[in-house]
Amino acid sequence: MDTTDETLATAAAAGDRAAFATLLQRHYDRVFALAWRMTGSRTEAQDLTQDICAALPAKLRGWRGDARFTTWLYRVTVNAAHDLRRRQATHSRAANGWGDWELARQDGIAEDRAALDWLQAAMTRLPPELRDTLALVLGQDLSQAEAGQVLGLSEGTIAWRMSEVKKRLRVIAAEEAR
Amino acid sequence: MMDEFDRLQAALRQAPAPEATAKAEAIALAMKNFDHLQGSPSAARPNSDRPEPAGFLNGVFDMLKSLGTTRVLAATTSVAAICVGLVVVLPLIGDLNLPVPKPAVQQAAPVAPLAETPVQPPAEPGRVRQDVDALTAAPQTPVLPELTPELITEPMADTAAAPEPAMESADAMAAPMAGAPAPAFKTAPGGMVGLAMPEMAPMPLENTEEFSSAPVNPVKVTAEEPVSTFSIDVDTASYAVVRSSLNAGYLPEAEAVRVEEMVNYFPYAYAAPVAGEAPFRTAVTVMQTPWNPGTRLVRIGLQGRLPALDDRPPLNLVFLIDTSGSMEDANKLPLLKQSLRLMLAELRPEDQVAIVAYAGSAGEILPPTKAENADEILAALDRLGAGGSTAGAEGLALAYQVARKMAGAGEVSRVLLATDGDFNVGIDDPEGLTKYIAKQRDTGVYLSVLGFGRGNLDDATMQALAQNGNGTAAYIDTLNEARKVLVDQLTGALFPIADDVKIQVEWNPAAVAEYRLIGYETRALRREDFNNDKVDAGEIGAGTAVTALYEVTAPGSAALRNDPLRYGTAQPLAQADELGFLRLRYKAPGEDVSALIETPIQPATSEPDADARFAVAIAGFGQLLTGSTYLGDWGWDQAIELALGARGDDPYGYRIEAVNLMRMAQTLAQ
Repeated sequence: MDTTDETLATAAAAGDRAAFATLLQRHYDRVFALAWRMTGSRTEAQDLTQDICAALPAKLRGWRGDARFTTWLYRVTVNAAHDLRRRQATHSRAANGWGDWELARQDGIAEDRAALDWLQAAMTRLPPELRDTLALVLGQDLSQAEAGQVLGLSEGTIAWRMSEVKKRLRVIAAEEAR
Repeated sequence: MMDEFDRLQAALRQAPAPEATAKAEAIALAMKNFDHLQGSPSAARPNSDRPEPAGFLNGVFDMLKSLGTTRVLAATTSVAAICVGLVVVLPLIGDLNLPVPKPAVQQAAPVAPLAETPVQPPAEPGRVRQDVDALTAAPQTPVLPELTPELITEPMADTAAAPEPAMESADAMAAPMAGAPAPAFKTAPGGMVGLAMPEMAPMPLENTEEFSSAPVNPVKVTAEEPVSTFSIDVDTASYAVVRSSLNAGYLPEAEAVRVEEMVNYFPYAYAAPVAGEAPFRTAVTVMQTPWNPGTRLVRIGLQGRLPALDDRPPLNLVFLIDTSGSMEDANKLPLLKQSLRLMLAELRPEDQVAIVAYAGSAGEILPPTKAENADEILAALDRLGAGGSTAGAEGLALAYQVARKMAGAGEVSRVLLATDGDFNVGIDDPEGLTKYIAKQRDTGVYLSVLGFGRGNLDDATMQALAQNGNGTAAYIDTLNEARKVLVDQLTGALFPIADDVKIQVEWNPAAVAEYRLIGYETRALRREDFNNDKVDAGEIGAGTAVTALYEVTAPGSAALRNDPLRYGTAQPLAQADELGFLRLRYKAPGEDVSALIETPIQPATSEPDADARFAVAIAGFGQLLTGSTYLGDWGWDQAIELALGARGDDPYGYRIEAVNLMRMAQTLAQ
């Protein structure tokens, strides 16, 4: 049986190089996927994941082993994505969220776009906090309680957000039907 | 409808596979950083809590953001200007004996043009973000002239005519220079401006801590500038920062040391004011200076009234709590929770508490709740968790809104901001933030700042916020300090008895030829601001004491640092039975018009009591830490001895702790 993430993380936090390398190999794809789901762009996700990797050694010093490693790692990723968003928001205050700043640069990422049109259209209409919740619950297959842990919210709030998503999707569907 | 949901799920699941090269690159980078982290940094920086600012690169980002183009240019041009100035000054000082104190007068050839030599004071090493403090900026603070880029390439003559011969405001000694055949070295206050320059490294790129500081107050000549004006300062943050540095095994940066805050950290037994009179009482003592036999120290003490605790007005507290990711460390959020828990026990049942958190998005964690429902408040505190990034302004706006909602007639409302400093992420305009707070101040809501943790402590912003918000800034490094600030001194910290307290001392040239204010650099006011009630100043809380120290030199003393003017006017012979005249202005809380208290300073030198000697020892401690040039041979041994002999009644052990810190500093300084 493989060594658990938690054990590896504790070892890595204490300076074990091999443990850290194993952790990275194991989780890079997962972080990238979440980053993609939160940003909606491949290049953005790639940069974000690289930033997270670069900062991970230092972050790991704050690892206390009081949560599952994936939960902790998702929290790091979500926070990094939020930071990125905020930086982008100061760059252009008018742009707001997933779709808008994405649309503003659509020429540059034409290849990403074709496959993503519908998803993008749907995600664009959701406010950022709902998108984050979706990325974790639907994308990463977390339970609502786990998503709550990552986002620092109660399970109830996640449940409410998911029902809010469904409500909004209903509106979108109704519009599309017209 | 469910189709849409499933479709979304399916689409979200189809995350593209990461690029192999990007993955390899990222992993290599991570490994490199990992190795780097295991190696050198801990040696250079022994405290382990070097923060990961909320979002790597943010520190650098912030720094660049706060450094507008003009500022960068101003900084670089002033470096250039100093270099040019140095070239001009150096040949002159080259053949004089440098370590000044009292050199034989050498008649140099008249060097009139020199008066215009732009000897710019260094652009305050640790203090790049002057804008944050703009509202309270010291007039002595040499304001960086806004040099335009052209100046860099312009010839010397133009540079010499650079706006504002900043030297003059920074140092009265520059004045006698004008056209006088004075020795050139006089342009250097307390050492060599020019020689101090190499320390003026542009910016430490790796440290995100910022401290509020200004150049050390110089010796002033009474005949030229008889009036000294400043605002009181009841903050104690600097002492706690110094302590946390020393305990971590390194000497604090000079910019982190504010002597007046260190002196004011300790309780002193000044006589309490008489009931029915002004809300505070002044005590002036004159004593021999331990580090200079030729000078005397004038200690000005203010003791605030302690109102009857039983009928204090109800209190409305809004805790504005930073829950950003960087607060996760044990000495941050967990310590903060414990601290607030301690404080809660001190509140009355009718006091109200609300909690607002900021991190990512601001939110009201706990609506206004009476302190008697302690369980509810504690439960809300426990729910707080660190995560997300900092968006301070949003939280602040919400906190003020909640505070205004809670305010009732005769009640005191205060926002208590608890943060590790990273306050400005997402706000590109720190100046706007302080302005906002200054505006909120008029609504009667006070703002106090509690700093936690080290590493990216933004002391400069904390100071600016507290000073503009009519509050105090404290730095909490241990639970013990939390108890001191939030329990022992709770009434003083939360109930103001006098607002905008300003001190002005007019020295009598017949009795005092030179004077120097020790500390209060960041609190200096312009002379005319004293009578201007629009100008903000410090607040005194119930029962708190404030101490200010002047070092004064009598005319004809061997310790005079400035020579008499060759072309100066003859000294007017006034009566010398007063050293000076002390004026104080304050406003009763909530009022707009200030009241005036006047007291002459009598020259009678008395044997200082333990309190006075201890205050002096601490002032010496602070000056030793800043590398002051005024102390002569007086060093750590003498400071420790003086403090040890002046422990007096020290029930909480604050004074002996200070002595131990001095010992630690002595060892580290070797």
